[in-house]
Amino acid sequence: MAKVVLEVNELTTRYITRFRESIYAVDHVSLKVESGKSLGIAGESGCGKSTLALSLMGYYFAPLHYTSGEIIVDERNITGLDPDEVRKTILGTEISYIPQAAMNALNPTRRVINFIEDVIQAHRPGITRTEVYAMAKERFELLGLPAEVLHKYPVELSGGMKQRTVIATSVILSPKVLIADEPSSALDVTSQKMVIKMVMDLMDKGIIKSLVFITHELPLLYNVTDDIMVMYAGQVIEKGSAQEMVFDPIHPYTKALMGSIIVPEAGLRNVKLAAIPGTPPNLKNPPSGCRFAERCKYVMPECRVASVELQKASEGRAYRCLIPEEDLRKAYKHEK
Amino acid sequence: MKSNSVILSGKGVTKVFGFGAHKTVAVDHVDFSFRQGEVISIVGESGSGKTTLAKMLLGLISTSEGEIHFEGQLRDIRSHKQKKEYWKNIQAIFQDPFSSYNIFRKIDAVLLDCIKMRGGGKFPYEQKLALMREACSFVNLKFDELTNKYPFELSGGQQQRLMIARVFLLKPKILLADEPTSMIDACSRATILDMLMALRSEIGMTPIFITHDIGLAYYVSDTVYIMERGKFVESGSADEVILRPKEAYTRRLLNDVPKLHEEWDLSTV
Repeated sequence: MAKVVLEVNELTTRYITRFRESIYAVDHVSLKVESGKSLGIAGESGCGKSTLALSLMGYYFAPLHYTSGEIIVDERNITGLDPDEVRKTILGTEISYIPQAAMNALNPTRRVINFIEDVIQAHRPGITRTEVYAMAKERFELLGLPAEVLHKYPVELSGGMKQRTVIATSVILSPKVLIADEPSSALDVTSQKMVIKMVMDLMDKGIIKSLVFITHELPLLYNVTDDIMVMYAGQVIEKGSAQEMVFDPIHPYTKALMGSIIVPEAGLRNVKLAAIPGTPPNLKNPPSGCRFAERCKYVMPECRVASVELQKASEGRAYRCLIPEEDLRKAYKHEK
Repeated sequence: MKSNSVILSGKGVTKVFGFGAHKTVAVDHVDFSFRQGEVISIVGESGSGKTTLAKMLLGLISTSEGEIHFEGQLRDIRSHKQKKEYWKNIQAIFQDPFSSYNIFRKIDAVLLDCIKMRGGGKFPYEQKLALMREACSFVNLKFDELTNKYPFELSGGQQQRLMIARVFLLKPKILLADEPTSMIDACSRATILDMLMALRSEIGMTPIFITHDIGLAYYVSDTVYIMERGKFVESGSADEVILRPKEAYTRRLLNDVPKLHEEWDLSTV
């Protein structure tokens, strides 16, 4: 079995509002990413995907607070570390994070190389500018970005190029885990493909060991990652390999998500897209039973009583539903 | 409903920005004729001129050359009065619902404006209220929860649905949807598209989708126009263009989209 690079056990984090209310945006999430593997996280807006990404770094700042659970990166437990220490020793070298609008991270008044200098000097004090330049040039060329980019200002670059520049910068110290939070959602399809190719290259060329990829675009996730985890209202609702999750979903929510995929393939026009009625629950006071009960087609009275635990289906596969796997499959078949 | 009369057509429509050495031809002599009741998609990458074309169709910017015919007659929108009259027939939904609203106006005011524009300004208040309720229930919003709220208090999906409620009240003949779902996550996308389609059969309008998502274009439209650098390079029925593309550009666009049943070729970047 390959080495586990990122392991998260029962991680819970919450937002504390100014009225002292707690919002548990990540609720007992466990995950494991092995070396050389990638994990995709999918879900609607507001389901806690991005909060999970922030929480995984172990770097908490108000209003986000750590509650319980542990994060282990390469056999090192990083939970409970001082934020300053996390910033100095974890971010950039162990875990790197690409936010949604990564291109806004560039400083418009400074050249790209100055931006990279700041990053490297923060982690390796005393490094000379020539060394920084050599490092940056080598990494940019390895990733297929022209070295001229280093001398340009952000305004001179296109959106896709800026995004790729920031990705290249974030992996310049070869972190073990890269967390990409919707790295391509603001781009058009062609730039998106370039960004995705670069992220795949990072894995293939051994710059990063594992990847956590967050997006709501399921066809993209299917093509990029090995495993997919679907989140709903802060909880993991189903996980499994990408192939199984897309073509053989168990949970009704996952099933509905897969039914909303739009791809330009023959036969799509005859299918009616599955729209999920209603909206996700308010996490200030989540429902007592299954959180999906309100919108579920197969809801039973038992669903609303007690919280539903994650159940193991097969190896590496789990889902959060009271109805047995076989019955759900039968119901789906019946619908067709 | 007449289904085959041409509602909007253009001949040699061109838009040039700048002049001399800085001249950019954003839209380059495009010809089109959109039939009533048909769902049309204009697909292209960023910078291909699709939004510029949309703005010209809406009359937000003037054309540099060429003419646009609306319902068989040359469109004349030189005065503001004429423009207002024209906008009763053509309406738009934009990409970013957050910046489509006046942030200082409450949602009731937004909807009341639409009623006024359709000549309902003198209606008794109860009737206006009933109209607003009807529009909100059409898009699955609860009007009583929305009154006295400002647009920023709604989520992106709700704002986009409110946009559709506006269209429901205005009942235009043409609806230009400029990337209506690109800011919305994939799960709400189906809902928005279904609503637009239901609205189409409800008020008999002609929707024109402007998008870079070729999958979406294939799903919704009858006729697809592919735009590259200000020109239509390919057009035809959705099945013909998407499943049997002739142009290299169309094939490239199709290749750039991740699919489920085919291998995604990343080497051709």
